[in-house]
This record gives sequence, C-alpha cells and structure tokens, in this order.
Amino acid sequence: MSDKHTLTMDKPVEKSLLDSGAQGLVGEALDRVEGPKKVSGKATYSAEYPIENIAYGFLVRAPFAVGRITEIDMDAAKAAPGVVDVVTDFDRFIRNSAQGAVKEAPVQGVRDVVYFGEPVAIVVAERYEQARDAASLVRIVYDEGKGSFDFEAGISHADIPPDGAAPATFEQGNIDKAMATAGVTIDGDWTTPSQNSAAMEPHASIAMWDDDGLTLYGAYQMPSFDRPSLADALGLKPEKVRIIAPYIGGGFGGKLGIAPESVAAAIASKTTGRPVKAVMTRQQVFDATVRRSNTKQRIRLAADRNGRLTGIGHESHTSNLPDEVFFEPAGIATHFLYGGENRKITHDIVRLNRMLAGSMRAPGEAVGLLALECAMDELAEKLGMDPVELRKVNDCEQDPEKDIPYSTRSFTECLDEGAKRFGWEKRNTTPGKLREGEWLIGHGMASAARGNMLQPSEARVVLNPDGSAVVETDMTDIGTGTYTILSQIAGELLGLPIDRVEVRLGDNAFPPGSGSGGSFGAGSSGSSVYLACESIREKLAKAMGVSPDDLTLKDGEAIAANRHVALRDIIDGAIEATGRIEPGEQGEKVKQAGHGAHFCAVRVNAVTGEVRIDRWTAVFAAGRILNLKTATSQCYGGIVFGIGAALTEELVHDPHNGKIVNRDLAEYHLPVHADVPHLDVTFLPERDTHANPLHAKGIGELGIAGAGAAVANAIANATGARVRDYPITLDKLLGSLPPV
Amino acid sequence: MHFTINGTKYDADPDIRTSLLDLLREHLGLTGSKKGCDHGQCGACTVLVNGRRINSCLTLAVMHQDDEITTIEGIGTPDNLAPLQSAFVRHDGFQCGYCTPGQICSATGMLDEAKKGWPSHVSESLDGDIALSDEEIRERMSGNLCRCSAYPNIVDAIREIAGEDA
Amino acid sequence: MKTFDYSRADTPQDAVKGGAVGNTRFIAGGTNLLDLMKLQIETPERIVDISRLALNEVEAMDDGGLRIGAMVPNADLAAHPQVIKAYPVLSRALLAGASGQLRNKASTGGNFLQRTRCYYFYDTAVPCNKREPGSGCPAKEGFNRIHAILGTSDACIATHPSDMAVAMRALDTTLVTLKPDGDRRRISIHEFYRLPGDTPHIETVLEEGELITHVELPPAPAGKQAYRKVRDRASYAFALVSVAAIVAVDDGKIANASLAFGGLGPMPWRSEAAEAALIGKAPEREAFEAAADALLADAKGFGSNDFKIPLTRRTLIAVLRDLTEDAA
Repeated sequence: MSDKHTLTMDKPVEKSLLDSGAQGLVGEALDRVEGPKKVSGKATYSAEYPIENIAYGFLVRAPFAVGRITEIDMDAAKAAPGVVDVVTDFDRFIRNSAQGAVKEAPVQGVRDVVYFGEPVAIVVAERYEQARDAASLVRIVYDEGKGSFDFEAGISHADIPPDGAAPATFEQGNIDKAMATAGVTIDGDWTTPSQNSAAMEPHASIAMWDDDGLTLYGAYQMPSFDRPSLADALGLKPEKVRIIAPYIGGGFGGKLGIAPESVAAAIASKTTGRPVKAVMTRQQVFDATVRRSNTKQRIRLAADRNGRLTGIGHESHTSNLPDEVFFEPAGIATHFLYGGENRKITHDIVRLNRMLAGSMRAPGEAVGLLALECAMDELAEKLGMDPVELRKVNDCEQDPEKDIPYSTRSFTECLDEGAKRFGWEKRNTTPGKLREGEWLIGHGMASAARGNMLQPSEARVVLNPDGSAVVETDMTDIGTGTYTILSQIAGELLGLPIDRVEVRLGDNAFPPGSGSGGSFGAGSSGSSVYLACESIREKLAKAMGVSPDDLTLKDGEAIAANRHVALRDIIDGAIEATGRIEPGEQGEKVKQAGHGAHFCAVRVNAVTGEVRIDRWTAVFAAGRILNLKTATSQCYGGIVFGIGAALTEELVHDPHNGKIVNRDLAEYHLPVHADVPHLDVTFLPERDTHANPLHAKGIGELGIAGAGAAVANAIANATGARVRDYPITLDKLLGSLPPV
Repeated sequence: MHFTINGTKYDADPDIRTSLLDLLREHLGLTGSKKGCDHGQCGACTVLVNGRRINSCLTLAVMHQDDEITTIEGIGTPDNLAPLQSAFVRHDGFQCGYCTPGQICSATGMLDEAKKGWPSHVSESLDGDIALSDEEIRERMSGNLCRCSAYPNIVDAIREIAGEDA
Repeated sequence: MKTFDYSRADTPQDAVKGGAVGNTRFIAGGTNLLDLMKLQIETPERIVDISRLALNEVEAMDDGGLRIGAMVPNADLAAHPQVIKAYPVLSRALLAGASGQLRNKASTGGNFLQRTRCYYFYDTAVPCNKREPGSGCPAKEGFNRIHAILGTSDACIATHPSDMAVAMRALDTTLVTLKPDGDRRRISIHEFYRLPGDTPHIETVLEEGELITHVELPPAPAGKQAYRKVRDRASYAFALVSVAAIVAVDDGKIANASLAFGGLGPMPWRSEAAEAALIGKAPEREAFEAAADALLADAKGFGSNDFKIPLTRRTLIAVLRDLTEDAA
C-alpha cells in the first residue's frame, strides 16, 4: 500500500540525499533517456495515436475582430463530401486559451467575438482534406461591433489589474525625488512587440468518450491543471476527464492552458459519437492561442557618481483582452535585481481586441530585462563605467524591498566568471569605431535573473525486488529533460542504474504533478520523486534493521553494516511510495532566484544594418545542476529566444482590426541555424537549501532573461546607436550607419 | 495508390489532395515525419525522396508512386540507430524532439549534397572544395527550425558525422 | 484545398492540351502552388502533373548560351558546372533563396511563377485585389514592411518574391513556351511580367495552358557578377532588397552594366536608367550615386517599407563598389 510522504517547504532542507547517493547519476551530463525514441520518430505526440473510426476536426474562425454572430450557415459545409457534422456551441466553446496554472475554464462563449480569428465552430469529416475544405464553406453572419486596436491611444485609459506574478503596483520611497537629486539619471521608453511561443508542434487534441468520460490526447504542459480546466469547460467533474501527454513538441508557455481546439474536439466528439482529432494549423496557432503581450516600458534610473543606484522606476503598459487579468509582469526582476532605496514598479493593462496575451517563456523577465538591462548599459556609458562594474556596485546583500535574505545569490561571481571567460577586458570601448571590412564589431553584456518557484507536485515510485523502479506522475517533459532527471533522481536515491528506472509521465492516471511552467518543473516534480524515494529508503533501512542514514544503495544492492544485500533478498514484493512537495514559508522568508550574466560579440553590417552574432558566453548560478547536458541545452534555448526577441521576432497586429498579420513561420522570424553561433554556457556550483530537497533552482527561463539586452547593448557598442524599440531589425539601424 | 517507403510496399487510398506528409502520418502510421507548419516553412516534415531531402508537406502523395521514399523510420530504430541518430543523442541535438526527425533526414540529405560538391550561400567559392565548416552546416540546415534551439548541439552532431565520412 | 482532377502528362504536348481547359494549373515542384492551394488562394479544378516531363537537361547552345529545361530543380541548377562558371549570379541567387529542401523540389519554370508573400494576399479573411479583383488592398494602409516601392498601383503594392528570377532578369533570359495549339513562343523576361495596374491578379503574359518548357540564357555577359540579398535573418527568409549585378569595366570606364532587383517591385525589377547612369562613367562613387538616384527616382514607400529606399541605395552602391574595386 502506498503512503504519502509530504514535505512542505517551511524550513530549509540542510542535507540533500542527492549529496550522499552512491550511484553517481545526479549532476552528470547524461544522454536523454528518451533520446533513442525521439531521434527515430518513435516518440508519440498528441496527434499521432492510431485510433479506430477517428474523424478529423478543422476549426472555423471568425473573419472579423469584434461583433456578434447572428447566424452560422452550415448547410453548404454539411453537404460537402465526407462531412460528418459541423459543430458549434455558443456557450461552451472557449473564447481563447486558458492561462497557465488555472483549474477553471477560460472565458467561454463564442457568439460575441472579441478578436479576429476567434474559433467559433468545428467541421468534422472523414478525412482531413475534407474537413479543411468544408471549413471554408461555413458562412458566418454577424453584426460588426466597434473594437479597440490602438495601443498608444489606450495608454491614457489603461486598467490597473489585480496583482499577478508580480504586484500590479509597488512604490517605495520617492522615485521622482531621487531622479531630481541624482548625479546621473536615465529616463526612457522601451517597446517590445507581441511574440508567439511558436513551439514546433502545433496545438493538437484527440478527444474520445466512453463510459468513464473523456479521454483527451492533448499537447498540454500542465495536465493536473488542464484536466479540471477542461472539465469545467465541459461541465464535468475533473475525474471524468483524462489528459494524456507523454510527449509534447515544445510549449514555452503556449500550451500551459487548454486551447480552443481541445473543447471543440471534445464537444464535436460527443456530438458525433466519433473520436475527433483536431490539430490547429500554424496560422491558427498564431491567430488564436496565446501571445506574449507587447509592452511599453518607462525605465528611470537614478544613480550617484559612483554608479550606486538611488532609485529605479519601471512602469510598464501591456495589452490584453477585456476580462483577462493576466499582465506581462515586465517589472518582476526589477524588484530584486538591484538595490536603490526609491522604487516604483507598475503594470497597467491597455484593453485591446487582440488575441489573448499570456505566459511565454519567462513572462516578465524576458521583456523587462530588455528594457532594464539596456537602461543600465546607458547608465554605465553616461558614467564612463564598465557595465560589469556597474552591476557589481549594485549587487545586494539582501532583497532591496523586503527585509529578507536571498536564498543564494552568486550574481557577482557570475559577472566575474563571465567576463573572464569572454575576455571582456579586451572589449571594444569606443562605440561605433571598431570595424573589420564591411562589419562594425561590438561587445555587450547584460545580467540574467529569474525568480525561482515551487509548486505542489506528486509522484509515485515503485521499487521492484528485481532492482527496477517505476516513477509515475502526470508531470510533463516538453523538451525540458524531465524523463532524464527524474530517472537520475530515482536511480541515485534507490541505487539503481539509470536504465533500471522507468519514468512514466503526462497522464492524469498518475499522481498530479506540477506541470511544466515557470521553470518550477524540475524542482517540484523532482522533489516529489525524491520524497517518494526517501520513503522507500526508510522502508528498506527498516527491513535491513539499520537507520536510513546508514544505508547505502548502489547497483541494486543495499549496503549497510558491512553487508551487501541484493534488493530481492530484502523485499518480497514491490515497495510503493508517493511523494508530495508543497511550497511553504521558504517562498516568503527568503528571496529565491537564479542569476547569471550574458556576454556577446556581434557584427553589424555597415552597409545594410544586418546583425550577426559571433560569440556568446553565459554563466549561470541556479542551485544544483541535475544534468549538465540537458541544463546546458535549456540555457541554449533561452539564449536563442533572447536572440530572436532582440533581432527578429515580432508578431504584428494590423492597425485596423488587430489581426495577426504575419501568421506563418515564413514571416514570423524565429532564429534559424545560421543565426546562432556556438554558445558557451557555464554553471557555477551552488546549492539552494531553501528551494527544495534537491537544492536545485529552475533554469528553463533563466537563459532568456537578459539575453536580448546583451545583443542590444552589443549593437549599441558596434554602431553607437541606441535602439529602444525591439526587435532591432536592420531598418532601425540604417539611419545610424556610416555613409556607404 | 502504391508507395515504396523505407523499402516496404504500401497500398493506400488517400484523397487526391493528400500531401505526402499526411499520407505518411494519417494513412500509413508513419508518424515520425512531423507537421510543424504544413507550408514548407519549418522543415519538420523533411523526408528523402530518391535520396534527396524535400518538404513532404508541399508535395502530393499521388505524385510519388514511383519513388523511393525514406523517412526517419527507415534511417534507424531505437535499438539500431544510425550513426547520425546516435550523434544527436550524444550531443543532445534536440529537446522536445518534434523537429528532430526532420533535422536528421535533412542532415542526411545535406551530407550527400556536400559530398557531391554542391556549394551553398556561404561558400566562398562556388566551385571549390566543400569543407563542412560550422558556418556551412548552419547555412545548409537553416531550412529546419528548432524552437527549443538545440542548434549548437545539432551542428556538433552533424560535424562529428561529417568528419567521420570525410 | 479544393478537390481537383489529377492527371500526369507524359509529354509537353499532352500537358498543354490538358492545361488549355479553364482553371487548370500545372504542377512541377508544387512548393508554392500547394502552399497556396491549402489556403484556397489557388483553387484549380484540374491539376496537370508535369514533374516527370523530360525537361530536366541543362545544355550548351550553339551560340554559347545555355538552355535549361523548365523541370530542372533549383538545387541542380545552382550546382551546375556551366552555371557556376558562366553565370555565377544565377547560382548565387538560387542559393540565397529558400532552403535546401525547397531548392531540391522547386523547378526552374515554377520559380518564375512564384506568387507574392504579401501577408494580406495570404489571408482569405481579408480583401486583396490580387486574390479577389476589386475587393481592396489592406496592405497600403496596413503593415507593408515587405512591400514594393517601385511599380506599384492603387490596386496593389505586392512584390515578386523570387531570387532566381532577379538574376534571370539581369541575364536577359528568354523563356520558351509551348502553347496549347502547339506553337512555341520565345518571351524575353523583360516582356514576361506585367505591372499590376488595375489587374494585379494577372501577373505574366502567359496564356491559358501555355507551358514554360525551357529557359535560355544568352552567352555569359562580360564583367563580374554578384548577387546580394538583404533579409531579416541570416538564412531562409525572403529578400527585403536584393541586387543582381553584372558590371564590366574597360579602360577605367564602365563598359557594361546589368542591374536587377528583388524586393522592390511587383516583378524582378530592371532599371535601364540606372544602367545608363553607369555606362561610360568611371567606376566611382559619383556614378554609383547617380545609378541609385535613377533607380529610385520614382520610388514610393507606404510607411513600414520606407526604409527600403535608403537600404536599396546603400546596397546598390556597395555592390557596385565591390564589383569594380579591382578595376578602379
């Protein structure tokens, strides 16, 4: 029988069993355990389950931005070859994707359309090609309403939202006074565009019903939240819904909450009595899932002549639909990154009829540091100071707003190590003057910081007498390495080679995990596995008649009191335990965050303004690194997101109707191979006893934090031009380039 | 319709509109080839037709009844990986894995193109020897997007295999 | 995608007979046609598969030129030894376009017929005069970063997206066609494309059922050749501006200049005025500036594409300088 071993993080866990494990798995640069499946096309993603009698669903979008549908004429579509049905549900279809980590349905009801491209019906046909064609035959009749599409115009009547990931508004001291009396100041507006997570796998659901309720193969990052959210949308009890998502083709926030295709597929499946597969087209992903909001951020920095900050202002405006409380928390890292006694950090929302805004990789830091870290660079230039030195001068002993310590903070160490590895002392110090042939060369740096979080998470571990173990949780692996690190943790604690551990993920039939989001997945789900294993270790110790502290487990044997005993000689049957981690007071008693520093060298073409990145060094400190290989890859991913944000990515809204203009991957420019140089990523040794029993912090989002600002600062160094409007496409540099 | 895929003959009855990609995924159960954009803008669907890499989303199945088609399933299996697949695992040339079959099929075709001496956009000389520098690999692989951004590791994996071939 | 009747043609004569029936499209590589059909921007009722036609040879012609079968894939053409040797601007243009996969499939003939990447053309939920004549053009007042600055009309400001066709225009290519009645036509590339005017949906002079069978390049022109493409990322993106240039310098003066441009107009753009501004002049800044002035005299931006005017000027000057550096 399973008992549940729960730990609430009210106190630090001073000793981690990972430090005394004998198997030697944790921390190593091990290959992904699911790698052979992924490289041979055998990992099964949501749309890839062979199911009898399946029908294909294709979403129909509203061809207007705002208004009320008076009629959906389905006759022609229903009469088209192969069409099984055309289904809509004005009350239950969801207007937009759900936000992350919510258990309720998002806003429901699609009769009143609030953004261009809102999915309002689904055509179900025998074949995909038939459904796609028939979708064009559905005629939507509507009364067009008046919408809001002008972000700048909306700033004068923006909303103050409820607090989110960061407080909506925060003031300490008096920033105006600090600015008035400071030796040196910076005051500017930075703008960032809407962006799309653009995971390579489009959102996809296969919905099927039986007596037990709904089974949905869905590309979702957080099944333990998505289950109740989907159930709520359908008017079901959560246990009547089972989401299965063992492999997810990337998420980056875009698949945190249920998206419109899930509810549409579920309702269509119920209506038609057929399993229904609904895969969004890439254009639909752009139109109707979730974007990162555009931002306008005013940064004010007040400093003395030595560069010590006396004030920081970070006032941001972002956009979202009416009724959505989410705001891009652009100032979230500003709260804790630097000192300065006078502080004002605000987040206002401009209500626009643009598709939903929500979480995309590192909501807040990703765009907030694009502004703050460039402002810091400008401040360093004004002061005639080394930008690295300016950061170090403003490193803090404790949280600058709350009277609490950092759990760990190796910020200065990251700056120093990064500067050393990059060769920062040999950087160009005269902006716009270093030239090689047609190229202007520049060097730039920026700080990285991302808050660390913990979420409730559960896992079940079964240890078999044959020396194998099975880990089960509905936690997901969206490319983050969950399969591998959970195998490592279980193997380390139970003394098993990694190939003797089987990890099963992404199924509501398993205990509820944290899901993948907010970089909390590894720490949260890893801790649940740790706790389950700890419980099993106690049982083994008891069977051996020793204290757990005296028990060593290695290669399927228990070692204690000079005895080596095979597991099968200790236990008759499988031992099962469930571990559960809960966030606790450590979330408030200390400030937990990962820190780092980025350094890069860029080339700007003196003729055309094209930018190329030549070299990159990043150093991070984020507690224990569970797997050097997958952690490094996570940081690569973050850095390249930052490169995209700096140089190429802009989701454009039409000024007249808010629609996404560049709704495909030809015109929404993700970085390609040729845009990315070799990346040098280093982790500093750190253990965070406050974070969780693993002593590890999240790294999935740390890499993006500040990365784009390092590029922008390097461009400024190369050209002498400060572009404050992202992305820094070549047109914005042309005016600052030397004559041809 | 009749197809030859990975050396195996298949009969199928797709719609005349069915793309080669949808034939593989929806009719033949060969779901290793991925649909990321369906418009030739991401490369996830890359397969080899008569040895050449193409986007299987932008061609009709009906047009390929006389062709030899190789998909990721024909390159290697989990128990018997091709050297390039093993190199991807060793170098962590993927994260979510969704673009990976396309990257590997594309790299397979690309290595062959380089062997034939085909130049690329970044080749200094159009008729010189093609040495697969990192810059050459990056340019030639740019038709395969990876949002997880395993790019540096993919280049490492390909470089290793290209070096062995040389 | 609307359903269609499919047939495979064994000979060009078969193909054109089939193509003569209204609303038929030829499919060769299909890389743009199927892209458009999925979105119902193209809705042919019949598809004639010409991909197996024996039009995949590149042959030297008696006059020293090169004859290229319309089915030659872009990748093969770019790597062809004769093209590399005599027409490097064409190799370079091809290699700057698309991706390895697309170049393996896209055909020489089809590349001329690529349709615009205008965002609004690509979205059937909004008006577009090219897609639905008379419905309107949201690009003019919308987001037009990638749009044309030359040759636009009230009805349409879209660009032609090809790289290959830009080089072909600089090379004075002739397209050879076969018409349904069995007649062959030779169409100079300079006559092949049409300005949008008030019929932006009609893009070339091809008649219904008329098939491009070959492309003929005249003997390699004197001078040095270059193709320079400026785009929003390092690879796999359409041109914001591209320049195909062939310039010969003789005795300190520019003896010959052929300039074509991508990303600027509704067709691969050729400017005789810009060329005239160069010929007979010393290969110096003054002449380059004059060429840019002549090219851009009638250029008109629509807001987000205004930058193309200075970008074109700068790129052209740099290309001309590079091509004449040694000779100056």
